Amino acid sequence: MRFKFEIGCVLVLLACFIFTQADINRFYYFAGFAILQYVMISTAWNILGGYGGYINFGTAGFLGVGSYAAIALIEFYGAGIIEQIVAAGIIAGFLGLAIGFFTLRLKGVYFAIATLALAIVLETIVNNWDYVGGAAGVSILPPRKPELLGILIVDRKGDGIFQNNKEYLFFLMAVMAVMSVWIARTIEFGKLGRGLNAIKDNEEAAECMGVPTLKLKLVATVISGALMGMAGAIFPSYVTYVDPPTAFNLELAVNSLAMPMIGGTFTWIGPVVGSILLGTVQQVAIVTISSEINLLIIGVLLIFFVTVAPQGIVGWFMKKNK
Amino acid sequence: MSEALLKVESVTKNFGGFTALSNVTTEVLTGERFGLIGPNGSGKTTLINCISGTLVNEGGNIIFDGQELAGMKAHQRTAAGITRTFQIPRPFHSMTIMDNLRIPIEFVSGSSSSQNEMKDQAMEILETMGMAEKANEETSGLTQIELRKLELARAIAAKPKLLISDEAMAGLTGNEVDEVLDILIKFNEAGMTIIMIEHIMRAVMQFSHRVICLDAGQLIAEGTPDVIVKDKGVERAYLGV
Amino acid sequence: MEFTELLLNAIVAGILLGGFFAALSIGLSICFGLLDTVNIAHPTIIVGAAFCTFLLNDLLGIDPILAGLILTPVFFILGLAIYSMYYQFFEKQSAEALRGLAFFFGLLFIAEVLMIMAFGVDHRLVSAPYIGNSFTTALAGMEFSIPYRLLAAFVVASAMTVGLQVYLSKSFFGRATSAVHQDGMALSLMGVDPVMVKRIAFALGLATCGLAGALMIIVIPIEPAVGRFFIGNVFAIVVLGGLGSISGTLVAAFILGIAESVVSTFFGPSWAPAVSFAILLGVLAFKPTGLFGSGDTR
Repeated sequence: MRFKFEIGCVLVLLACFIFTQADINRFYYFAGFAILQYVMISTAWNILGGYGGYINFGTAGFLGVGSYAAIALIEFYGAGIIEQIVAAGIIAGFLGLAIGFFTLRLKGVYFAIATLALAIVLETIVNNWDYVGGAAGVSILPPRKPELLGILIVDRKGDGIFQNNKEYLFFLMAVMAVMSVWIARTIEFGKLGRGLNAIKDNEEAAECMGVPTLKLKLVATVISGALMGMAGAIFPSYVTYVDPPTAFNLELAVNSLAMPMIGGTFTWIGPVVGSILLGTVQQVAIVTISSEINLLIIGVLLIFFVTVAPQGIVGWFMKKNK
Repeated sequence: MSEALLKVESVTKNFGGFTALSNVTTEVLTGERFGLIGPNGSGKTTLINCISGTLVNEGGNIIFDGQELAGMKAHQRTAAGITRTFQIPRPFHSMTIMDNLRIPIEFVSGSSSSQNEMKDQAMEILETMGMAEKANEETSGLTQIELRKLELARAIAAKPKLLISDEAMAGLTGNEVDEVLDILIKFNEAGMTIIMIEHIMRAVMQFSHRVICLDAGQLIAEGTPDVIVKDKGVERAYLGV
Repeated sequence: MEFTELLLNAIVAGILLGGFFAALSIGLSICFGLLDTVNIAHPTIIVGAAFCTFLLNDLLGIDPILAGLILTPVFFILGLAIYSMYYQFFEKQSAEALRGLAFFFGLLFIAEVLMIMAFGVDHRLVSAPYIGNSFTTALAGMEFSIPYRLLAAFVVASAMTVGLQVYLSKSFFGRATSAVHQDGMALSLMGVDPVMVKRIAFALGLATCGLAGALMIIVIPIEPAVGRFFIGNVFAIVVLGGLGSISGTLVAAFILGIAESVVSTFFGPSWAPAVSFAILLGVLAFKPTGLFGSGDTR
């Protein structure tokens, strides 16, 4: 069938919509939101990291920039969530361009190192920026009755599409996650994806075979960064309180690369599988064991897959079915 | 054979305090089969790195097809018509052989073609190289000669005016050397200018219309194969007397 | 205090800080600069050593500097183990360098979590006679105040880095290490096993973590995540100094120490992390080979 993937996307969104309309324990919303967010983040990471082989350790930085761009816009004029997401995407995209401009001419390790330091620096800046709450953090008041194109979206009395803001944001997150996967898949099967793959295999050979390596790397960094920023933008409205250590959490950076590595970095489905599996394990582990052990599990799994099974789960299955 | 396709004018390249190329001047004519020889470390690969744009020369000019190459990146030079192979084959190892060829076709020579046309173009080249039946195989299972041929096939897929072959025959048997020579001559007769860097003297002398010899970064001899074999300087460079 | 006095005080403190930074960076300079092993877990391993120092000091009352010396061989052995694993899974299979990076990132994360589980997120300190006091001196009508703990760290760090620098440039092993960096083949022709040289050199780099960790807990109170704040510093120093140049690392450490100290004095300490990042990006953009590097950065 021609539009198998597109139909699948619509079905997933439909399922997520029905989920918001059903009366379900709030924990499942929370867990589902986290997993969808991870699908988006790890898919975004994989566009540069999986296809192009350039490791970004600064996921927390891009997400944090997205979150704080959203907060700044709320403080500035009470922007709606859609405007926050768009603006955060643009700003995080520019951040990717800037970092890429400085480091992507060099070997991949320099990009990795620069992104590793990025989150710390951005956290420093936000700590010093009182307008968005500084080191103390900031509380966000969600708008009472958000509207979009004249349609009432959220209303407690039941006149809107959603009963409460969390349901709305959950659905929005699902839309963005599906959109990210679609973008990643489109890139993978297109010229950009093939060029990035050539870069990953051998950058000098790629350049000599006519691939404009710097340009493709920059494009991938901008797209990847913008998606991360957009994922970060929805975060303040959802949790309603943000401070620098939460927004720039290292855990996010580890997850964003552990999930694709575990699922498999060479194809779009790898990060999706990795996020759903690891995301679910984490949501269960946080409740049943402790958050430290949960983090330890991620770290050990990351090392295990990087050393022993670099093709990830999807690669392992594909090999088996050959 | 008429005008120069490639002009190298007093090209100089330093690495730190070490001079890898000093004041090298030469020309390659359109349609020519041009041999580049010299002992190890004489600057052959450095020279083609400067021509193909993976290194930037500090001094001198390189003019290709009437166009000054300074400031052009390697992929732009490939688009302009210069393609090179690598001494140690560098296949795109996560792709099939067919997909290896599709990279230069998609990014350079056939960027306006449809996917199917690109496949046909790649297949045509693989057939000429006698590799058609391997098209959908991974590169990991290839033998030494197949890797060498893939390296050439991929470069040829960019449809270069000037092909630079960097030791495409190292490690091959006598028969295999002849096979590669035949392929190169076939593409040359179809109009491709070829620079061949080679250690196998028999091959480079049989192949070339004209040969230059580098030693310690300097051009020490230039002429037809007959002249070069008899040149005292070349003999000294190789034997170290 | 007037401007000149403030500035001079900041510079003096910066030089002392630079010595401390040198101790943090020199091991990485060996691993990254000479061996091409991008050990991003280096600062976190130093924090691990700092916690070991804390335990030795807290439980047995051992002086922190002595504790650091005791820890040095322990971290040497840890280095042998880590390199063996790294070699087995990455270098031997000539895997993409970037996968090795993910490996070290995983190590960093695991080490940090283990420390949180063992010590919690509180700040820890050690006690020694030279911690807490400072001496004040007047020179040319200006007053200089120098904390003893910074001075102690500076002296020990200088001794360690200068000693290593001399050892690496004069000894056979040191020359073998730089040879491995340039041409492993030539080395094996001489009958030296390049893998062995790399393993020992890497372990030497990690051994510096033992002492550097002791110095860290002397200079600042530590908590498990503090290593992250030094990632920018150590990489900025190694890259600024130039890959493969140990003396370059020393010079760069002092430059960064002074720059951070001056910025802290005039703009507030919370801006200090931005200094190293700005230097790192600046160097990468305009002179990626660093001040004294000859390396290949592309």
